[in-house]
Amino acid sequence: MKKFSKSFYIFLIFLFMYAPIIVMMVYSFNDSQVATAQWKGFTLKWYGELLENERAISALQTTVFVAITSSLIATVIGTMAAIGIHSMKRFSKNTIMGITYIPVLSPDIVTGVSLMLLFTFLRIPLNKYSLLLSHITFNIPYVIISVLPKLTQFNKNIYEVALDLGAKPFYAYTKVVIPEIMPGIVTGFLLAITLSVDDFVISLFTGGGNLSTFIYSQIKRPNPSINALSTLLFAAIFIMLVVVNFSSVKKEQKVEKII
Amino acid sequence: MKNKVISFPYLVWALVFTLIPLLLIFYYGFTVELESGQIIFSTENFVKFFSNSAYTNALIRSLWMAALATFICLIVGYPVAYILAMSTYKRKGLLLLLLVIPMWMNLLLRTYAWVTILDDTGLINTFLGKFGIKPIQFMYNQGSIVFAMVYNFLPFMILPINSVLSKMDTSVFEAAHDLGANKMKVFTKVTLPLSVPGIFSGITMVFMPAVTTFAITDILSGGKNDLIGNIVQRQFREAFNWHYGATISIILMVLIVISIIVSSKYESEDKGGGLF
Repeated sequence: MKKFSKSFYIFLIFLFMYAPIIVMMVYSFNDSQVATAQWKGFTLKWYGELLENERAISALQTTVFVAITSSLIATVIGTMAAIGIHSMKRFSKNTIMGITYIPVLSPDIVTGVSLMLLFTFLRIPLNKYSLLLSHITFNIPYVIISVLPKLTQFNKNIYEVALDLGAKPFYAYTKVVIPEIMPGIVTGFLLAITLSVDDFVISLFTGGGNLSTFIYSQIKRPNPSINALSTLLFAAIFIMLVVVNFSSVKKEQKVEKII
Repeated sequence: MKNKVISFPYLVWALVFTLIPLLLIFYYGFTVELESGQIIFSTENFVKFFSNSAYTNALIRSLWMAALATFICLIVGYPVAYILAMSTYKRKGLLLLLLVIPMWMNLLLRTYAWVTILDDTGLINTFLGKFGIKPIQFMYNQGSIVFAMVYNFLPFMILPINSVLSKMDTSVFEAAHDLGANKMKVFTKVTLPLSVPGIFSGITMVFMPAVTTFAITDILSGGKNDLIGNIVQRQFREAFNWHYGATISIILMVLIVISIIVSSKYESEDKGGGLF
C-alpha cells in the first residue's frame, strides 16, 4: 500500500509534467483555425505551413548557427582560460572566478540588458553576430566550470614527465593534458549548446531572430502552427536525450565487463 | 604547469563583455538625460521607483509570487526527490531523466502549452461544459502565473535535493534507527537536516528565475499582474527609457545579491559560492 502511494505520487508528477506537452502534440493535428480545444478532425496542414514559413526557417538557421559557433568558440576560450586559471595563485584565481560567476548568477534579464547597452555603446548593430557575441559570453563560464574540476583531478606529474621526456609545452598540452580533461571539455560544450538553444531572455535583448524570439513573437497571436513547432522540437530533444542516455548506459556496461 | 598567459583571451573577453556592461548599467542607472541632451548624475530614477506605488507593487508582487511558487515547489518536489533517491528501482536514473526532459523544451512553449488546457475554451472548461458547468476562468490571474512558475521550475527544486539525498550515507539512517528513532524521527532529525544544502540550492534555483520572469506573465496574464521583469522589459523595448530601465535592473541585482548571500550560507559547496 505504501509502495503504491509512492508510485502513484510519482505518476501524478509525471502526468503534471507531460500533460501539457501531450495535449499540445495532439492539437498540432487539429484542423481548426484557432488554438482551441474543439476537435475538428485530423490534419497535417500546420506542419506544412510551418515548413513554408520563411521566418521560421531562418529562425531555425540562426539558432543552429549561433548554438554551434558560440559553443565552439566558448569551448576553446573557456578551456584555455581554465588551464590558465588553474595555474594561478589563490588570490587572482578567486578574483577571476568571481568575475566568471557574474553571468551565471545574474538574472538573464540583467545580462541581456547590460549587453544591449554595451552593443549600443560600441555601435555594434543588433543582428545575429551580436547574438553570437552574447551567447559566447554566457557560455564561456559554463565551460570553465566544467573543465576546472578535471584539471584539479589531473596528476601534474604526468605533464612534467612529458616535459622531461623532451616534449615542448604545447606538444605536452595537446598530447597529454587535453586528452585527460576531455570529458570536462565535452560536458562544457554540450552544456553550451543546450543553453544557447534554450536561451530566450538574453537573445531578445541582444539581436533576436532565433527560434525562441520567433516563438515569442508568435505567441502574442496564437495559431496552431506553434503546436506543430513544439511537437517537432520536443520529438527531436526526446530522441536525442534517450539515444545519448542509452549509449552512455551501454558504455558503462562495456566498462563493467572489462573491469 | 605555469601557463597563465593562455587565459588572456578570456580575461579580455570578460572585461569587455561582463565588466564593462555591468559598469554601463550603473552609469545609466545613476544618470538622467536632460531635455538639452545633457547627461547628468542623478538618483532621480530611484526616487521615481520607490515613490510610485505601481512600481513598488510590481516589485512586492514579484517577490510574493516567486516566494509562493518556490514554497509550493519545495512541498511538491521534496517528496519526489526523496522517493526517487530512496527507491531501489533499478532504472531510477532514467526516471529522473524523463522528469527533466520537459525542461529542455523552451520555457515559452512549455508555458503556452497550458493555454490549450486552461483557457476559457480550453480542455478543462470544454469538459466541464459537457456537464453544464459554466467556464471557470483559470487564466489571466495571479494563480495561473504561480501555477506556471511551479510547472516551469519544479525540476530545479527536485534535482539538487535528489542529488544531496542520493549521496547520503545510508548507514547514518541505520545508526539512528538502531539508537531507537522511529521512521518519522529519522526523517526529521537526520534526513531533513542533512538535506538542507540541497533545499537551499533548490530554493535559489527556483526563486531567481521566478522573481525576474516576464515571459510567463506575458503569455498567461495578458498585460495584467505585471511583474518587475515586465517593467524592465518594457522600459528597454517599448518605452525606450534606458536610464529608468537600468535603475530597476540595479534594484533587481541588489535583491539577487542579497538572496545569494543569504542562501550561500547554507548552500552545498559545489554551486555558485565563489563570488561571495
